[in-house]
Amino acid sequence: MSPLPFDPLLVSVATPLAVALAIALGLPKRWSVLLAYVGFAVPALLALHVWWHFGDQPLERHGYAFLTQYSTGLDGLGISLRLGVNGVAMPLFLLAGLVGLAAGLYAIQSQAERLKLYLMLLLIMQAGLMGVFASVNVFFFYFFHELALIPTFIMVGLWGGRDRAYAAMKLTIYLTAGAMLSLIGLIALYVKSGANSFDLLALRDLLAAHPLGETVQKHILGLLLFGFGILVSLWPFHTWAPLGYGAAPSSAAMLHAGVLKKFGLYGLIQVALPLLPAGLAPWSHLLAGLAVFGNVLVIGLVTMAQRDLKQMVGYSSVMHMGYAFLGLACGSVLGSGGVVLLMVGHGLSVALLFLLSTSVHQRTHTFDLGEMGGLARWAPGLAALFAAAIFASIGLPGFANFWGELSIFVALWHYSPGFAVAAVAGVIISAIYGLRALANVFFGPPSERFAEVAAKHPPTDLSWAERLPALVLLAALLGIGFWPKSISTAIDRGLAPVPALVARR
Amino acid sequence: MDLTDLRTLAGRNEWGAMLPELLMGCLALLLLALAVVLPKRRHGQIVGVAILGQVAILAVLLLTLHSAYVGREAFNGLLLPSRSGQILRVFLLLSSLLVSLLARVSFATRPVPRIEFYHLVLVVAAAMMLLVQSHNFVMLFVALETLTVGFYILVSYFRSSEASLEAGLKYLVLGALSSALLLFGIVLLYGVAGNPLLPGRTNHAFDYSALAYFLAENPHNFVASAGIVLVLAGVAFKIGAVPFQIWIPDVYQGAPTPVTAFLAVASKAAGFGVLLVLVTDVFAAYGWLVKPVLSAMAIATILFGNVAALTQHNVKRLIGLSGVSHAGFLLIGVVAAISVPMAVGAVYFYLYAYLIASFTVFGVMTHLAGTDDAVQELEHYAGLSRRSPFLAGVLAVGLGSLAGIPPLAGFMGKLFVFIAAAKAGMYGLLAVAIAGVVLSIYYYFGWIRAAYFDGDTASAAAAKAPVAVGALAGFALGALALASVVLGFYQGPIGQWLSAP
Repeated sequence: MSPLPFDPLLVSVATPLAVALAIALGLPKRWSVLLAYVGFAVPALLALHVWWHFGDQPLERHGYAFLTQYSTGLDGLGISLRLGVNGVAMPLFLLAGLVGLAAGLYAIQSQAERLKLYLMLLLIMQAGLMGVFASVNVFFFYFFHELALIPTFIMVGLWGGRDRAYAAMKLTIYLTAGAMLSLIGLIALYVKSGANSFDLLALRDLLAAHPLGETVQKHILGLLLFGFGILVSLWPFHTWAPLGYGAAPSSAAMLHAGVLKKFGLYGLIQVALPLLPAGLAPWSHLLAGLAVFGNVLVIGLVTMAQRDLKQMVGYSSVMHMGYAFLGLACGSVLGSGGVVLLMVGHGLSVALLFLLSTSVHQRTHTFDLGEMGGLARWAPGLAALFAAAIFASIGLPGFANFWGELSIFVALWHYSPGFAVAAVAGVIISAIYGLRALANVFFGPPSERFAEVAAKHPPTDLSWAERLPALVLLAALLGIGFWPKSISTAIDRGLAPVPALVARR
Repeated sequence: MDLTDLRTLAGRNEWGAMLPELLMGCLALLLLALAVVLPKRRHGQIVGVAILGQVAILAVLLLTLHSAYVGREAFNGLLLPSRSGQILRVFLLLSSLLVSLLARVSFATRPVPRIEFYHLVLVVAAAMMLLVQSHNFVMLFVALETLTVGFYILVSYFRSSEASLEAGLKYLVLGALSSALLLFGIVLLYGVAGNPLLPGRTNHAFDYSALAYFLAENPHNFVASAGIVLVLAGVAFKIGAVPFQIWIPDVYQGAPTPVTAFLAVASKAAGFGVLLVLVTDVFAAYGWLVKPVLSAMAIATILFGNVAALTQHNVKRLIGLSGVSHAGFLLIGVVAAISVPMAVGAVYFYLYAYLIASFTVFGVMTHLAGTDDAVQELEHYAGLSRRSPFLAGVLAVGLGSLAGIPPLAGFMGKLFVFIAAAKAGMYGLLAVAIAGVVLSIYYYFGWIRAAYFDGDTASAAAAKAPVAVGALAGFALGALALASVVLGFYQGPIGQWLSAP
């Protein structure tokens, strides 16, 4: 039970939804913006609350805390809104709250056209994100993911950059395909387990006592792996990602790349591994191969070739998901824990990069890396933050990503040294494109075109309204970077009882 | 048989069992009487009478939902009011009410006789309500012909429109063909069930119970198999399943939009009601035959409906073909219902979600139809989000629900059907269904894109005036859209009503 007089998980989902509803009912613009602050701040504060108090909560079944249950009228089918977080969900719940706050603050100051609709969609997305990581019922876990996904399509279509209609369509079709595959996997789990329930706790209890046959496990895990894999841009099903992120408005890209994309990985760790302990082993070599060859090496090289800043960030996020898949393939507590750490770190850093890229675009009027240069002269604050974000994304010590990547590499070495060597080579690739982008944008002499632009509209440094969301993200990156125990203890507690994972290999 | 026999039989006629249908018939006659009595300038009020009358009948029906007649044969076994019959009665009455509302909007600007339209809608709806409760092939056929004849007139209601007349003719010819198939099937079943050499022979082979008993005694009879396949074919015409879907695009396009909605929702649901009774009850012993036939039909229907809808630009054809694919998804539920009882509830939930979403979309279509009702193109929706944000929002909810996107009701319907299919172990059908869902996203999304993203500039919006939405129509559309959302989040009593055994 929580020390608050209300259920923090339910309120963190309901507040953004309520604000979105109020805006939809025709609140005037000034009030909408004021309420939107509340809608983004409440989930973030409650996420911090849950994080802070997670350690001193009595853990209930399977390491869950803050458990509550609400009926939606389908209890007979095993569908009810059960909320709670365990050690794996808590860090991601925190991530969703923080990135949501940053994306919301950035959206409010962006003065986008039809700002009310924009904020409304972002708030719905935020509610969905909080719900995904707070749900203990697999049905609602899926449901909240889709709830967050729909606004993404609309936002890409309405406020997107070039090719927005095409990007929105491609995004929709790919993500629907992925979601449908995983839905069938989840239904198969529901039916084959004989539990007739989507409740994760009931499923874990039942399948621990009566595990499924190995072939069944293998097939269901395959469905989940590729269904979720499409959602997480597993190579070669990744093509929607750079295109979609390139076209998406910045706050939508922050929320999707930063948080929503982690849904698939989270589903694999939280649902697939505990319930299908024997399912991963037959797929792990294929998964590791696709991840290291496709996501890390091929996409790494493709990222190096990008000339468009936003597309580059989009490709880099595809590449980093490769590490996450590698960590999963190891099948060890260390590897999976590393994946959770990396999810948090990457979520924060990629959101920061998307935010700053848009700020760069506002000053240079282009995303083309070849047409910039020397921006640091006008905007040192922006340059410093961008450098920090790039360092975090490469995985330098002191940032949250470092711990994630380090644990994955160690786990990978125990799994197969060959994969580990190839994966570490990826770090060099990401250093090359990251540092080169940094140099192209901020240092050296300005390109001719940028000199013209700069002469007409002299670029200014970040305003406080832009700086605040960036600082929220940076503070979280550094906080976890210097104090990884703040979440790793919980992750350990969440993963240790999972039978599929060996403690160390 | 003398007069006393007839009197005994008549004494067993429980008229109360078909009270709603009787009330609808009376209301239909009242409309015609009012049209004669009232002066022409007050004819507008008759429409109000029709709508209020249907609301009143709906109230009566809801109050008598658990009446003593449910579960007992009435009229000497011609009718069997059942729980699912009640679910479908409410469904069909709701459809006819919504069709009347659509017609009120659609006919406001058109020089067509009005009163007869509402009369026909009421009669057809009553016929469908009897159809889904029939427990005897004679009853089934009479009800079916009543509604089909009504539809012949309704489809060609715009007498001055070539498209409407052509649609009426196509519906007539193909409808007659399907009736013939159905009748042939019934006759074969009747004939073989009367064969004195076979066990379980019966003189009452029109009666479902007697026929079911005979079929259970002879589970592999060839003539009976042929009869069953022909009956299924006749019903497949009503639900628009491949290969009996050929009439759909042309008829849907040519018919007046409210009639298209009536065909797409009510006629389809009535077909599924009949199919469920036949498959789970009468033909239960022939699961070995029904299952592969309907499975093959479901696969072909889902693939054909979705692929054909991909390239459509006329929204009436588009929704017709998408309706074909929905028939395919529903067929999956019907096949699952052979072995999994919860599939029946899933099919009904799917139908309700489909009703709500379809009427939302048809309501928007009615408001945007130009002078030629048959020409409603996707391009006409460009910039709708500027011209009428309300209609655009409602349209997006309706299409989203049809596409099966959570958190809308359509998703729950699909989910229940998929769960039922998984329980029945039909993984091949599920794979096809997924492909269908992904394909359908393309055209539903294309429609939403037309409304929201295309022509989304100030100049294009200024060129077109905003769309006026009446208070009643606005209320109905808002309520429907809200229902799609609420049923997606909270299934509550309806979920329990439908999922109860």
